[in-house]
Amino acid sequence: MEVVLQNLTKKFPGRGRKNREEVIAVNDFTFKIPDGKLIGLLGPSGCGKSTTLNLISGLQKPTSGKIFFGTDDVTHLQPENRGIGLVFQNYALYPHLTVKQNILFPLENLKGKEKLSKQEMLEKAYEAAGLVQIEELMDRKPGELSGGQQQRVAIARALVKMPRVLLLDEPLSNLDARLRLQTREEIRRIQRETKITTIFVTHDQEEAMSISDMIVVMNAGVVQQIGRPQDVYDKPANLFVAKFLGTPPINVFEGRIRENKLYIGEEAVLDVRETEDARKAAGDSNASPGSGNSNAPANSGKNNASGNRGSNGLLEGGDRDVYVGVRPEGFRLQEDGPLGCKFGSVEVMGRDISVISMNKASLNPKIRAIISTDYMAKIEKMYSVEGFSKESCVRFALMPHKVFLFDRNTEERIDFLPGRAEGEEC
Amino acid sequence: MAGKKSENNGAKGWLYLLPALLFLGAFMVYPLFDVFVYSFEEGYHSASQTYFGTGFYNYSYVLHDPYFLQAVKNTLILVMITVPLSTGIALLISVGLNSITPLRNLFQTIYFLPYVTNTLAVGLVFMILFQKTAYSDGLINLLITWFGGSAVDFIDGPYWAKMFVLCFYTIWVVMPFKILILTSALASVNQEYYNAARVDGTSRGRIFRRITLPMISPMIFYLIITGFIGAFKAYSDVVALFGTNLNAAEMNTIVGYVYDMLYGDSGGYPSYASAAAILLFFIVLTITCINLLISKKNVHYS
Repeated sequence: MEVVLQNLTKKFPGRGRKNREEVIAVNDFTFKIPDGKLIGLLGPSGCGKSTTLNLISGLQKPTSGKIFFGTDDVTHLQPENRGIGLVFQNYALYPHLTVKQNILFPLENLKGKEKLSKQEMLEKAYEAAGLVQIEELMDRKPGELSGGQQQRVAIARALVKMPRVLLLDEPLSNLDARLRLQTREEIRRIQRETKITTIFVTHDQEEAMSISDMIVVMNAGVVQQIGRPQDVYDKPANLFVAKFLGTPPINVFEGRIRENKLYIGEEAVLDVRETEDARKAAGDSNASPGSGNSNAPANSGKNNASGNRGSNGLLEGGDRDVYVGVRPEGFRLQEDGPLGCKFGSVEVMGRDISVISMNKASLNPKIRAIISTDYMAKIEKMYSVEGFSKESCVRFALMPHKVFLFDRNTEERIDFLPGRAEGEEC
Repeated sequence: MAGKKSENNGAKGWLYLLPALLFLGAFMVYPLFDVFVYSFEEGYHSASQTYFGTGFYNYSYVLHDPYFLQAVKNTLILVMITVPLSTGIALLISVGLNSITPLRNLFQTIYFLPYVTNTLAVGLVFMILFQKTAYSDGLINLLITWFGGSAVDFIDGPYWAKMFVLCFYTIWVVMPFKILILTSALASVNQEYYNAARVDGTSRGRIFRRITLPMISPMIFYLIITGFIGAFKAYSDVVALFGTNLNAAEMNTIVGYVYDMLYGDSGGYPSYASAAAILLFFIVLTITCINLLISKKNVHYS
């Protein structure tokens, strides 16, 4: 079932003397969720993602805007009439009922024509239990189950009526790390098998990236970017999205563009050409309908602002102040690399190495660069064997496709055509 | 090593328990035991500490005493009517209180006020409301005659009228505490259960029966047990309404009978009083056991 949100807005009135101002939890959210997809609503806590979910479920009423399931306007329908399944963060399994009774509960509520016989109800309950593989737990009480098992029961209860839309509120936050990996695969599998449009809320970007067909990044009630996880990661719409996605987080520097060269501090680190062509090229690839890329609806949000920048004259002429975001994997160790940083320490993670260093232009106190272990020998040679001291400098070359430029004022991403990086060996 | 440590802890534990054990032993367990002994000593005289013999005569006397049988009948009627009614009404009021938001605290206070009011004072007010004297019919009778009934003397009149006043009074007195307990129990039920039920389209009645009631069942059970025990021990309420000569008013209760046997007009029979007290103890024990058995199936502890 396609879900369409139209200018969805939710305001909470201010209360008391201290919080008199009203809070805008969701601000003008417009989005079309394609049928049968798994969507992750992602954002820091308090960004309005749970409120959005509650609006879709009908537990809360929007201040303005509309919600459609397919062609049905469900904005003013009660939750029970929307045909949704909702999995709560704490599962909300009835503790006094067995697993079977919990799963049967929604079916027993059916009235009139929809009413099922005992046998039919049991069949459906076992079907749902089979889907999440908990048939052998049917006679236990929720208190006797592990967190992961409770989660499955909650999903089975939400699925038993075969809802049009399945909503999951922080589905993995109550599970331990290992179970989380397993359960998110499970959610993916269940979603694939049932083909029910599924929307889930999470503050964990890794979780959202790993299983979603599409992610929606929100901040302070405003949608920042919508797209396929990899697209959002590779082309963050603004500084917030870039900072929010990726572990370890992106390194941000203050930089300047002077005569098509990007400076961090006093060092020219990259050739950049910001051209009308570059912007157009980026815009076209986003808008092309065949790509299955969902950036198009996202344009309602902040993306628009970046698209229109051509007219304000900043784009041409080159010289401007920017923020430079460099993904940790975007650094390459190079003895004559353009970016020099004060060496801090090396963390060996097994799969790769983190080189921690400092730079005056960096907004974060520490810069973290992830280097493949192949360079281990080189690092040891460079920095430990030869009497390396704390004052030493480590030099990096930057990979252009891992470098993002953001406007200093609007924090929107600036498209650029990477030229040859200074000193890059290629 | 571990064994020694736990032994040590055991000794410490007993030391901490000692003050409570001493007090309970001296003022609860020993007197209980003593009452049990008295109940078998015939013609025990507390001043001279003498008795004629031992046996079941005291029990036989008490069980054949029409005043005692009247007291048992009164007590049972009182218990059977007031415990279910007061708990049920308290539940209704709590659910109502829980579902309103404006002025909830005000109403909670109003409903709790009777609890902090003196029993005798309340009894006096009830007496004035219900009593019919040579000079006035009382407020309740005024209302009854208004609606076309004829005035009844609730305090010195027919048995059912007096029993009605007693039950009404008891329910009114015990309700505030029950409302307090139940409103806090209701407020502690996680809102997510209700949200889940709403999404599933559960009707309000079903939400109440299948979710609310089981969730607060431990508290309801607690109220029923303590309610039964409290009602079986009714005495001061009856005195407040009907004065001290309860046998004459046919309104005596078991505890009242025990008191009368000890100190009342017919007083000075500690043996009979003990026998009656032991009988009350066994009645309460039986009822509580039955309650516990029923609760096993219907009370859900999370």
